[in-house]
Formats: sequence, C-alpha cells, structure tokens
Amino acid sequence: MSNQPERSERYYNLYKENIRRISDKSSPYINSFRENAIAEFNKLGIPTKKNESYRYTNLDTFFNHEYKSYFMPTASDFKKAEEFRCDVTDLDAHGLVLLNGFYPTVNDKPRQLPGGIWIGSMTEAAGKFEDQIHKHYNKYINGNSDGLVHLNTAMASDGVFIYIPEGVVLNKPIQIINLVQSDEDIFCQHRSLIVAEKNSNATVIICDHTLSPNKFLTNGVTEIFVGENAHFEIIRVQNEHNNAGKITHTFMHQERNSFASSNNITLHGGLVRNSTHHFLGGEGAECNSYGLYLADKWQHVDNFVNVDHAFPNCTSNQLFKGVLDDMATGAFNGRIYVHRDAQGTVAYQKNNNILLTDDARMDTKPQLEIYADDVKCSHGATVGQLDDDALFYLQSRGINKREARLMLMFGFAHEVIQNIKVEALRDRMDNLVMQRLKGELSRCAFCMVKCG
Amino acid sequence: MPAWANLKIPAIDYQDIIFYAAPKQKASYDNIDDIDPELKKTFDKLGIPLEEQKHLSGVAVDAVMDSVSVKTTFRETLAESGIIFCSFSDAVKEYPDLVRRYMGTVVPYTDNFFASLNSAVFSDGSFCYIPKGVRCPMELSTYFRINSANTGQFERTLLVADEEAYVSYLEGCTAPMRDENQLHAAIVEIIAENNAEVKYSTVQNWYPGDKDGKGGIFNFVTKRGLCRGENSKISWTQIETGSAITWKYPSCILRGDNSTGEFYSVAVTNHYQQADTGTKMIHIGKNTKSTIVSKGISAGHGQNSYRGLVKVLKNATGARNFSQCDSLLLGNQCGAHTFPYIEVDNQTAIVEHEATTSKIGEDQIFYCNQRGISTQDAIGLIVNGYAREVINKLPMEFAVEAQKLLQISLEGSVG
Repeated sequence: MSNQPERSERYYNLYKENIRRISDKSSPYINSFRENAIAEFNKLGIPTKKNESYRYTNLDTFFNHEYKSYFMPTASDFKKAEEFRCDVTDLDAHGLVLLNGFYPTVNDKPRQLPGGIWIGSMTEAAGKFEDQIHKHYNKYINGNSDGLVHLNTAMASDGVFIYIPEGVVLNKPIQIINLVQSDEDIFCQHRSLIVAEKNSNATVIICDHTLSPNKFLTNGVTEIFVGENAHFEIIRVQNEHNNAGKITHTFMHQERNSFASSNNITLHGGLVRNSTHHFLGGEGAECNSYGLYLADKWQHVDNFVNVDHAFPNCTSNQLFKGVLDDMATGAFNGRIYVHRDAQGTVAYQKNNNILLTDDARMDTKPQLEIYADDVKCSHGATVGQLDDDALFYLQSRGINKREARLMLMFGFAHEVIQNIKVEALRDRMDNLVMQRLKGELSRCAFCMVKCG
Repeated sequence: MPAWANLKIPAIDYQDIIFYAAPKQKASYDNIDDIDPELKKTFDKLGIPLEEQKHLSGVAVDAVMDSVSVKTTFRETLAESGIIFCSFSDAVKEYPDLVRRYMGTVVPYTDNFFASLNSAVFSDGSFCYIPKGVRCPMELSTYFRINSANTGQFERTLLVADEEAYVSYLEGCTAPMRDENQLHAAIVEIIAENNAEVKYSTVQNWYPGDKDGKGGIFNFVTKRGLCRGENSKISWTQIETGSAITWKYPSCILRGDNSTGEFYSVAVTNHYQQADTGTKMIHIGKNTKSTIVSKGISAGHGQNSYRGLVKVLKNATGARNFSQCDSLLLGNQCGAHTFPYIEVDNQTAIVEHEATTSKIGEDQIFYCNQRGISTQDAIGLIVNGYAREVINKLPMEFAVEAQKLLQISLEGSVG
C-alpha cells in the first residue's frame, strides 16, 4: 500500500524512457492512444488488494521487482524462437511463435493463408489492414478500470493480428506460441487483435512458455471481434516456471447469433491472472467460458470472468475448476451482468475447487447482477476435498489409494478438458494434466531449464 | 460513509439530524393499559398489538420509541427465573458490571462508519441476560419506533446467553410516513457461551417511502453474534419488508468448537426500495457449521442484493457451510444481485454456495388462474411458498404476521 505511488511512478518512468523507441516502430494510429492511456494509468495505478477485482491477488512480488530492460528483439533472438517446436506432436496447426511479445520478422513464413486469412504482426498489419485496425483496435476495452490494461495500451509495441474474412472456415487451428526467454529479468507486454468476420469459423490456440529461469512478468491484452453468425474458439494453455508472472486480459466482443468459447488451462506458473471479458453485443449470441487451474508450491492462480449480457436472448455458460496443492492459492471472480433490456437471458456459472493440503487456500467470488426480469440465471461454487465415499469405493475395487486419488482428480479436471474440440490437443491436455497431477510436470515440458 | 455497497444513497446531512428525542409522556407504566392510547394505537397498527401478545402467548416486550425505552413488560416474571430484560439505560444503572463486561466486545466502536456513529450517540436500547442453565420461558421482543420528525434512531441491543441458556428474541420496528428520509443506525450484539442457543428474529417494517421513492427510513444496522463457547448456536431470521434503503449484515463469529451459525432471510424491495443485505460466517473453531438461506424478492423499481462472506480460517478443521440465495423478480424494472465471497483456508472444509435468479413462471400463474385464483392472489401464493423455508423459522405468532406483511408489501406490484 505504502509504496503504491512510487511503484506506479516507476512504470511511468519506464514509459517515458522507452516511449520514443516504442512509437518509432509502431503505427501512428496505435500511437495515438498512448498518451491518454498513460494518463489513465497514472490515475489508476497498479492494482493493489484494495482494488475489489484484485482483492485476492497480491501483485507486489512481481511489480516491486526491478526489471532490467524493456525488451527489444534482435535477429538472433528470433532464431532461437524458431527452433522451438511444440510438443503436441499430432497437432496440425498454422503455427507461429512470439518472442517476448514480438512477432518474428526474420523467417518469412506464409502469413497469407487460403481464403484471405492473414496472420501477422500488429506493426505490419497497421499498414496493411488500416481500416480493420481503425475499426477494432482499442474498441473493446472501453471503460475498463484496470490500470494494467491502460499500461498495456500505452506501452505494448507488438503482438499478433489475425484476420479471418467473411464466410471463411478454417480447417486447422491457429497456434500462437508465446515464448519468454532472456538472460535478464524482463517485463514484457504484448497486444493482439483477432478479427473474425461474419459467418467465419476459427479456432486459436495460445501456448505460454518460459524458456529461461529469470524472473519474468508479462502483461498481455488480446481483443477479439466475433462477427455475426461467426464461430470462434480460443484455448489458452499456460505452462510457465515458478518465477514467472503472467497477466492476461482478453476482451471478446460478439455480434448477433455468434458463438464464442474461451478455455484457460493453467498448468504451471508462479503468478497467473487471467481476466476474460465477454461482451454479448447482439441478440442470440452465445458464449462459453471455461477454466482449469492446477497449482502447487507457492503458485497463485486468479481467474476473473465478466460476462456482459447487453442484448436479449443470449446464453452464457461458465465452468471453472481448480485443484490446489502445497501452499498454492487460488482465486475466482466471476460476474454475470444482465442489462435492463436483455430479456430472455440464460446464464450459468460454476466454480468447483479441491484443496489438497492444509496450507492451500481458495477464495471465490461468484456474482450475479441482474436488471432484467425474464431471465434464468444461476451460479454455484464449492470448495472441498475428494469425496471419501468415492475413494472408498475405488479402494474396495482393489485400486490403491494413490491411484484412486489420481483417478478422481483426473475425472474432476477432465470436465473442463472435454470441452476442447481439437482432438489432438484434448488428448495432449489429458496427458499433461495426468502428468501434472502425478507431480511429473514440475517444470515445463520440453524446457531445458530445471527451474521447477 | 462507505461506498462499496450496491446502493444509491443520497447524501446524509449529519448536522441536520436530531440525535436525541423522547416521547412527551415519560411517566412510568405499571400496567399495559396505562400506556398512552396514541402510542398503543401505533403499536396496534404494527399488527402485533402488545395486549394481544400478552394475552395469547405471554411475550415480554421492551418498547423503544425514538431515543428512549418506554415500556418493558413481564420484567418481574422474568426476574423470577433470574433473567434480566430491561432497557439499556436501566441496565447501565443496575448491572454496570455486566454491561461493562460485554458491551463492545462483538462490535467494537471502530468497526465501521455507522457502528462508530451509533457508539458515539446511542442513548438507549434493550439489554438481556439469560443466566446459566436457564431456558427463557417466553419469547422476548423489542419494538422500535421512530416517532418524531427529523430524528435519527440509534439504539443498541445487547443479548447475552450464559452457559446452557436458551432464548428466542424478536425485534420489530415501524415509523410513520414522512417525506424526508430518516436514519436508523443500530447495533445488535449477541454473545453465546458454552452450549447456549440464541434465536434472533427480525420483522423489519420501517416506512419504505412512497410509490415514487420519496421519504423512508435508511436502515443501516450492524448486527453480529459471537459463538464464544463450545456447542453454542446463534440463529438469525429476518423478514425485511420496509426501509427505503437497507444495509444490514447479521453475522456470526463461530469461535467455539462445534458451534453453529444460521441465517435465514427474506428481503422484499418494492417501488424504489433498495436492499443490500446478507451475512458473514466466520469459522474459527473446529467442526463449526453454518447455513445461509436468503430469499430476495424484487418488484417495481426495487434493487435487492445479497452480499455474504463465508470465511474458513486455518484452524477451523471440519468446517461446513451451505449457502443458498434465491432471487425472484417481479416486473422488468427491478434488479436482483448476488455477491457471495468465499474464503477457504482449510482443506477439510466443505463450502457450498448456490444461487438462482428467475421470475415467476407463466405456467404457474396460468395454473392458478385456471383454478379460479386471481393473478394477484396467485402471486401472493407463490411468493409465500417461495419464502416458506424462512418464515417457518419464525416463532409461530409472528409467522402469520410476516406472511401478511409480505402480501401487503407486494400489493400493486403486479401490473
């Protein structure tokens, strides 16, 4: 609390020192938001536990740290990133790798896919897709009271831009791999925009990894526009080391009769906070928001979900499940907001948690705010442990206790995993979850660093 | 002035409130018939006339009007079993040790804005002490009334149940119709020692303001019970139909092992009423249990919020909580909100929360209409069935009144 103003001041200084470097590479349109955003950030500061939506998450250890530099990539950095191969072997996807928030420019990969789909860096897109950027960039975070979102708008210099034109159906998912690697402690921010036009159908997978044991802090914002009748799914898999802080903000704007789903799977990470904002901005829109978090040691996972029902006859469904081991702490903050005119809303929210040790802790805050009367809204939250009866049943069938516990936990987690439509990824996830529960995934798979 | 609640509170000019007002006739009454007829009439209007209560069920009543306690009935009968039931001002004079020992131990004067205000200016209230092993033979109750204009009421209730004691306590309130808002900032403290049980019921019917939201009472009350001993139990039941704004969180601190906390609530907001109410269950002792059942009904332009905290501390092994919050919406201008907080720091705890929000099904109304029941009656019927779970927890005599009150509060809410 006491060091709050200075702390925010430090990030303001970081902005002042680097803004020239950032703006030079960025487009004037994106730059035009920076000044207001930093002013807004100065007003709001870095959230503390006094902030209601950060009530259960302490950002101090990550934000009080002195980060060495504001990362600017060089060609050799990207070479390293190119060498990274995803270990979901059967996954057939349009892959691309982001290093510390920057889109690789060295290795020219096909970015123009059949049907006019375009995947590329934000900086490049600003020239090529000027009208799209003007139409969508920074449009869906309006009125957000989170200082970190504004800090991102002010300072983020690159990220991914994906454009899926009207009526295009993508047969393979797009996979974005976010790598963080540096020999110094760094703070990085990236900003992505995904535009899925009318009647399109696409799936995006985002994988977050860390490749070196330094202390990292990532603050990423993704804006997603889902057009009329479009079908869009995003799956985020987080697997970082214990010294990494990851803060993501996802803003999803949906038009009439569209369908969108988001799935946040947090397998590993020191401090993880995912905030997902669904805005149902047209009649008949439907959204699903899923999350699974498995935490141990001193890890902290916070999921913040806001579903905004602004139009009639929309449907939403939230399911978040977590298993907390050792001294891990978890937080869930979910809100369903039904506007006055949003009659015929159906909204559901569920949060289940299992605590495995005495030192694990879970705080959950499911909320309903309803201003319309013709609605069906419900929510449920539980915190408990594995069912003794179920354990006994399995043991009485000759399954030893350890195995029985694993089976029950796996079954618990599978309820979230089963919503992944990409089969190869679903199998891989089941596998990873099993490994994680067995304690074998104490470090990121495929990572050379033994940091776990 | 706290701003976190989901309420729109107009600015209160604290300089403009009369902090102390006493009824004109201050003579002491030996017999209930001696009460000022005007006063008796107002009590009769509450639907629970003192006299009737006296004849039918023998309920001991302490009546607090504006800032002074005017009448305590059955004081002598109760004294025979060692029960102290009197106004706060008498208690301070006659039992200073008891007051000193318990007052402010559950709600310290630093607790929150309104608790501080109350602690600074309170003048009277009710005091009750049930000694060891005594089961209180009758229902105790307090009636609050704000009578004079421009007054604020700041009373304080202190209820102590010593080891193995049992008491059922009822609180009711009313105020006449006035155009300006009036402030009611009370404190209720309950202490339950080993094996003691306290049942505290409230039927809150302060003047809610007129159809356009003009006038009405601001009901900003701090209520908290401490289960200090083992196996103790505190149960809150509340029927909230009145007040322009209700801000109230009757809570239980479950400190003794195996202690139990309960909270049953029905809150109705009609016209322009607002309510932000709920409970806190703090599990400290081992094997502590708590149950929360909250039923919100919103009609007209009413805004109804449930805000609750279930907190399980590290050493509260075997804690168990079940919460259920349902909201019913009547009309398309009202709102129903749920803000539960669940904080669990012990792996053996089992905490469950569920909430639903919906309106009355058209098929249900149609079914009633079909059987010759008018829509207005059908809604009354359905609302009563919906609130039954909570109303059943009230002492029998009051359950009937509460049911009627619900119906009256919702009158004209169906268009």
